[in-house]
Amino acid sequence: MTRLPFTTIIGLEVHVQLKTATKLFCGCSTQFGSPPNTQVCPVCLGLPGALPVMNQNAIDLAVRAGLALNSEIPPLTKWDRKQYFYPDLPKGYQISQFDLPICDGGYVEIDDPANPGSVRRIQLTRAHLEEDAGKSMHDEAAGRSDSRIDLNRCGTPLLEIVSEPDMRSAEEALAYLTKLKELMIHLGVSDCEMQEGSLRVDVNINLHIDKAGEKIATRIVEVKNMNSFRSVAGAIAYEIERQYDEWEQTGQTFKDGKRTFGWDDNKEITYAQREKEESADYRYFPDPDLLPVRIPRERVEEIRASLGETPDEARTRLVSQYGIKQYDSDVIVSQGAAMIVFFETVAGASDARRASAWIQQDVMRESKERQLSIDAFPVSAEKLGELLGKVVAGELTNDRARDVFKHLMDHDESVTQAIKSLGIESVDGSELETLVQELLDANPKIVADVQGGNNKAVGALIGQARKKNPNASPQQVSEIALKLING
Amino acid sequence: MLHSAQQLLRLQADGEITAVEIAERAIAAIEASQPTHNSFTHVAAESALQAAAAVDARRAAGETLGPLAGVPVAVKDVLCATGMPATCSSNMLRNFVPPYDATVVEKLRAADAVIVGKTNMDEFAMGASTETSFFGVTRNPWDTQRTPGGSSGGAAAAVAAGTVPLSLGTDTGGSIRQPASFCGITGMKPTYGRVSRYGLIAFASSLDQVGPMAWSAADCALLMQTIAGFEPRDSTSLDRPVPDYMQALDSTDLSGVRIGVLRDALDVDGLDPEVRQVVLDSIDVFVGLGATIVDVELPHKEYGVPTYYVIAPSEASSNLSRFDGAHYGHRADPVKVDPELGPLVSMYCQSRSQGFGAEVKRRIMIGTYALSEGYADEYYNKALKVRRLIKGDYDNAFAQADLLLGPVAPTPAFELGDKIDDPVQMYLCDLFTVGANLAGIPAISLPGGFNAGGLPIGIQLQAPVLDEARLLSAAHAFQTVTDFHTKRPAS
Ligand SMILES: [Zn+2]
Repeated sequence: MTRLPFTTIIGLEVHVQLKTATKLFCGCSTQFGSPPNTQVCPVCLGLPGALPVMNQNAIDLAVRAGLALNSEIPPLTKWDRKQYFYPDLPKGYQISQFDLPICDGGYVEIDDPANPGSVRRIQLTRAHLEEDAGKSMHDEAAGRSDSRIDLNRCGTPLLEIVSEPDMRSAEEALAYLTKLKELMIHLGVSDCEMQEGSLRVDVNINLHIDKAGEKIATRIVEVKNMNSFRSVAGAIAYEIERQYDEWEQTGQTFKDGKRTFGWDDNKEITYAQREKEESADYRYFPDPDLLPVRIPRERVEEIRASLGETPDEARTRLVSQYGIKQYDSDVIVSQGAAMIVFFETVAGASDARRASAWIQQDVMRESKERQLSIDAFPVSAEKLGELLGKVVAGELTNDRARDVFKHLMDHDESVTQAIKSLGIESVDGSELETLVQELLDANPKIVADVQGGNNKAVGALIGQARKKNPNASPQQVSEIALKLING
Repeated sequence: MLHSAQQLLRLQADGEITAVEIAERAIAAIEASQPTHNSFTHVAAESALQAAAAVDARRAAGETLGPLAGVPVAVKDVLCATGMPATCSSNMLRNFVPPYDATVVEKLRAADAVIVGKTNMDEFAMGASTETSFFGVTRNPWDTQRTPGGSSGGAAAAVAAGTVPLSLGTDTGGSIRQPASFCGITGMKPTYGRVSRYGLIAFASSLDQVGPMAWSAADCALLMQTIAGFEPRDSTSLDRPVPDYMQALDSTDLSGVRIGVLRDALDVDGLDPEVRQVVLDSIDVFVGLGATIVDVELPHKEYGVPTYYVIAPSEASSNLSRFDGAHYGHRADPVKVDPELGPLVSMYCQSRSQGFGAEVKRRIMIGTYALSEGYADEYYNKALKVRRLIKGDYDNAFAQADLLLGPVAPTPAFELGDKIDDPVQMYLCDLFTVGANLAGIPAISLPGGFNAGGLPIGIQLQAPVLDEARLLSAAHAFQTVTDFHTKRPAS
């Protein structure tokens, strides 16, 4: 049966973990991956008598994010308690923000996937701060039904960014998420490491079906807690089909209430969670343990002044200033502001295309493998610049430079020291000339080809030259050969 | 014991008694009184003797000692102290030993006080008679058929019986002042934020405050000096310097001090005529000390109790959600799984049903209702508005008077069992005390006289925010010309 035309209505709630050293209301570390329950104290465990104290750094980061999202930062914000029982929520309530969020409104602009070259503006409702809960681990081993709780994550600061239902397709949702993620990384607000759960997405979705000019809205479903873009796209695609079918079969519309679903990554389906959770009454009220937070206008302006250029501005600038390709610029900018600085430093000491290629291949691969941020990367931008400068000057081959780079990853040495440690010697020009002349003498065909206009023919000499002297750079060999032949 | 804290400090300094001897006597007195009074939920004999021995050794070595060196102090069982259970007199927490000290306990230890144990209370500080304790009622040392008041009933009875000179109570709606009145001792609720709440197991966070209980205002000043002050771990703590409360006791001349009398409070229904008379008599004493009397009004005072009984249970319903059997607190074992609820929710329900007593459950239900969607505006949010009006009343009154004088409780100590089945009657015990908690101001209860039956009757002074020094000074002045605070129950 053919379907009636419909519009997909999508709104996203994105939880971004703020990049603070300590938790939202205590001094415990937010480090990921420590043994269970080792980063806890009476406050984040919710022990009787313990009291929360706000982390000012989280407020500053939230303001930073809000300004970049074009939100209003109200002068007064406050903390509220959201009450529900769950084993990984030790206090029986989550400290969050209800009616006075730290960021009000705002928008994100995306390239319209359906209409390349034009821009779509996704409006934001708000962004508020809240503490994260712990993690339940269910042991399904045979004969046991143990549940264990790791509270390390309890009290980690989250910024929940809530969009209006402004997106119309999975592509738009992904474009929005990509933009948001890039912005948060760029600003240093969050790492957005999705596999570590520092960016999590809830999708609100329903369909507006056009039935003979009448708009029928299907039941809204909230698909909770996804931590990959693939899941988000999958859940949207699945829900579009499911909701249409459900409406055909049951006739239910949005008036029948909103539902909460989960996403099964293996089966690639959404599934209904317990019905009881839908009508939850969180009994929000102002947390009496925490005073309302005044955010001085001067502080907001200070933070605004520190924002610097946006990723979009950086992308355009790198292309025009350094002449690199749009794609390369996108990759560098997507790694955050520190990577842009890294690139510019390397490019300044060598050349931009080489810098871009090395960063995308060698630096990003190593930093991913070793789980290092660019700030903690062992080969500084200055060193890499110096190294690539030598390649540009023809003092080193690309391959030899790669050996030096690998050596520098594990040794705290200067570029010169590293070259020495690896026994790489720069080749004396006259020595090389003698060598090349010998080879030319032995290969008259090559000389003839070059004289016939085929300069590429000298390429055949490179391998032979390097066999005799491994330090000879290909560039030097071809340059000398051409000079000797053409006089 | 039969000595004040200041006498004990003097006797030790003079070498007439050691800290260990004091601690031994306190522990013996507590153990002797326990079968009748049941003031304590835990006696920390061993750690008290160790702390006392350390004080003696340091004194012998010529070291400088803290301001409460060797003085036994009892701590209400709602405060956390390492090595001792913190039960809140609840089945829910009967086995809970906190891994940390409350700030006030840290400060007591730093002052070289000897913590002798934890005192009985109404469960989670909810009650006005110490009858809701899981560990049984505390009896009033003046008449063991009567309540010592609540919720700091154990703390008050321990001081009244002379087992300890000092105790720490907490006051959410009158829980220090009313038992002080019933037991014939002096007790002060400080300004909200003056004393850290860190390590105080919360009942109603925006109202709770730790305060001193002792025979006299002078001893309250000594204890207050130790516990007051800014605390970065409590966001509601006030970052203001602590005045010298002991120095405030130097002047007993109240010339120029305007004392506001709440005349219409003296005409309310249910105010015992003997209590009324004690307040009227105390006016004369203050006039004799040089004070000027002015009449003041608190127009919204009749809304105090209803406002309090919306706000306090609302906060309590939230504060007590952490006691779910999952992390700590009593866990139902075995859990009868209700198929409707599933294993987890069944566990929560049964743990909480078994862990909490009737009054706590009642307040959780009231609070849950008052905060629930569709009712929050009618109850909780409206109560917050009335609370602001009540604060405004106090601001106006303090424009005319430096201190306010009135009753503490409508009656002297009532008989055990008298009100326990009538929550509304019990709540009315807080009629004169809740205002100070709603407004966040300091207030003190001090012995003002006795009824014909020989039961003590307290009077209450209230002061503007952070004016504890004036409260202590006026109470001390009163105690220099009266001897009600020196009377002790026949043991
Ligand atoms: Zn912590």
